[in-house]
Amino acid sequence: MNKSTIIFGAVLLMTSTFANADDHKVKVGMITTLSGGGSGLGIDVRDGFMLAVKNNKNIDVIIKDDQRKPDIAVQLADKMIQSDKVDVLTGIIFSNLAMAVVPATVNQGKFYLSPNAGPSALAGKGCHKNYFNVAWQNDNLHEAAGGYANSAGFKNSFILAPNYPAGKDALTGYKRFFKGKLAGEIYTKLGQKDYAAEIAQIRASGADSIFFFLPGGMGIGFMKQFSQSGIKLPVIGPAFSFDQGILKAVGDAALGVKNTSQWSKDIDNAANKKFVNDFKSTYGRLPSLYASQGYDTGKLLISAMSKAKITDADKFRNELRKADFASTRGNFKFSKNHHPIQDIYVREVIKEGKTLTNKIVSVGLKDHSNVYVSKCKM
Amino acid sequence: MSLILFIEQLLNGIQFGIMLFLMSAGLTLIFGVMGLINLAHGSFYMIGAFAAAIVAGLTGSFWLALIASLFAAAISGVLIEILIIRRLYRRDHLDQVLATFALILLLSEGVRWLFGAFPLYLNIPSSLDGSIVLPFNIIYSKYRMFIILIGIIIAIGLYLLISKTRLGIRIRAGQNDRQMISALGVDISKLYTIVFAIGAALAGFAGAMIGAIQSVEVGMGEPVLILAFVVIIIGGIGSIKGAFIGSILVGVTDTLGRIFLPNFLKLFMDTANATSMGSSIGSMLIYILMASILLIKPSGLFGKNEK
Repeated sequence: MNKSTIIFGAVLLMTSTFANADDHKVKVGMITTLSGGGSGLGIDVRDGFMLAVKNNKNIDVIIKDDQRKPDIAVQLADKMIQSDKVDVLTGIIFSNLAMAVVPATVNQGKFYLSPNAGPSALAGKGCHKNYFNVAWQNDNLHEAAGGYANSAGFKNSFILAPNYPAGKDALTGYKRFFKGKLAGEIYTKLGQKDYAAEIAQIRASGADSIFFFLPGGMGIGFMKQFSQSGIKLPVIGPAFSFDQGILKAVGDAALGVKNTSQWSKDIDNAANKKFVNDFKSTYGRLPSLYASQGYDTGKLLISAMSKAKITDADKFRNELRKADFASTRGNFKFSKNHHPIQDIYVREVIKEGKTLTNKIVSVGLKDHSNVYVSKCKM
Repeated sequence: MSLILFIEQLLNGIQFGIMLFLMSAGLTLIFGVMGLINLAHGSFYMIGAFAAAIVAGLTGSFWLALIASLFAAAISGVLIEILIIRRLYRRDHLDQVLATFALILLLSEGVRWLFGAFPLYLNIPSSLDGSIVLPFNIIYSKYRMFIILIGIIIAIGLYLLISKTRLGIRIRAGQNDRQMISALGVDISKLYTIVFAIGAALAGFAGAMIGAIQSVEVGMGEPVLILAFVVIIIGGIGSIKGAFIGSILVGVTDTLGRIFLPNFLKLFMDTANATSMGSSIGSMLIYILMASILLIKPSGLFGKNEK
């Protein structure tokens, strides 16, 4: 390294210190999936978050696409922390990417606010004081689906999910609450689109209900093929296969399906109404649950910023913990391991005019926390 | 496990194989005739599906949508061949892989730019909705039966095209000795464009047929492309017959494997382990099949022997 590079480096360092001098400002790094499979989720989280922080001059957001690849997410996080000097990271959609980025981020003293991924490893032993999940712990929606199956009187469920960690969490979550028997249990290939073989198994199994967790395009294929097969069994799933971005592609095959979600566009409170209206007028489409999670993440950040400076990490953390913001979900608190305590609803897919959307039919689990709280030493 | 369920799963395997055949027939022709490794073949699958979804959305007719998928994929095939691919025939395989990989990125981002990141809607026509009852009381989806029939018709058509027509003679000659047929006065560059368009059209058609039961989204072609490569390696590169037999082999192995392996393992271990392990091994089966076939026949089932 010659002299001029050293000087150049020193100048860079100085400017970056100056940039951080204004401690009312918070620099946010958003790493999310904006291209390839699953980009619809990242786009919704980004749009929801940006809507929440739109008029806040004290928040600077850098947005980068992780392409759903853990190695790229890690590189982006390193760059954002080391050269962009962000204070808060957020945005990651997929649990395997979160596992690659979150531990290193929080260990460097940065905050991580998760707008989506909530792997069990980060809720239990791996919990951290600087890690907050604003969406849910991964198991939550599946647990509510199991609870709903009991109340609907199902005794013999056929369950399926992709063969990867979140898929296993899903079936575990369902089984944790479901009291009936299992007619069958299948792990499909991750990314599988054709379910002819599985549907034939379901037909032969004598099940009285089906629970499935097949996020994104996988669920579209399953629902269409299931409805084409003519099997008339009730289907339950988490909201991931019935969110606003996907319903259009599934079409009428989704009508009447019960799905569990912590958010729905018809939750009756002022914050939610404002969010739904603002989102529609800004982006010209209906928001999904992912958009609501991004929005709540932004609002949570603003609530903490109004009470504490980011430079005072302990105070800032305490303000985050209070979750003193008007959530689109109504009641929202953090449990001891920094995951939401919230109502999980049962929704039904309906048609409003020509648009497929969801409507709440009941509260599945009231003030639901997660089972990993006791394992978290914080 | 009843016999009826077994036959139903066998049909599912064949249907999956037929779909793979539509993809791999074009791929193997293009490789056989032009010596081109075309990674962008999956993009034509996507283009066909998107064209079908758009036309079905505008006109409401699934049949028009199918025709549109053929034309859209064939036309984009011709354009891409003339503008880009043509320059790659003389280059080595690494250049071809790099260039066609770049094409994947361009086409995927282009489609996303035009239609957005959210999946489009395309459904099967109501006349093919529901199931039919086959002999022995086997219930099977009408639409999947339709895919099998169409696939067989296309396979026969391709066989006749290659073995009975003048174009077929040229294609076969092109596979054997490129320099010689151009020396004999055959317009080789026109032949290449036609072969490329046929391959693209078949892929686009497969995309539309499958898009109707799965999902029409950006990047839908690449997973199928990987399987299509497995098929042409098993069948022997350049051989349509090999592609057909390879497709059915892969389709049936994959479908039966992923269903029956977990059930088989349940005889030895508890259910949770058996399902998880069975499906893991199930997804490896086709690669194990490929490896074992290559051990016995290094150039594939119907490939020309390496010199």
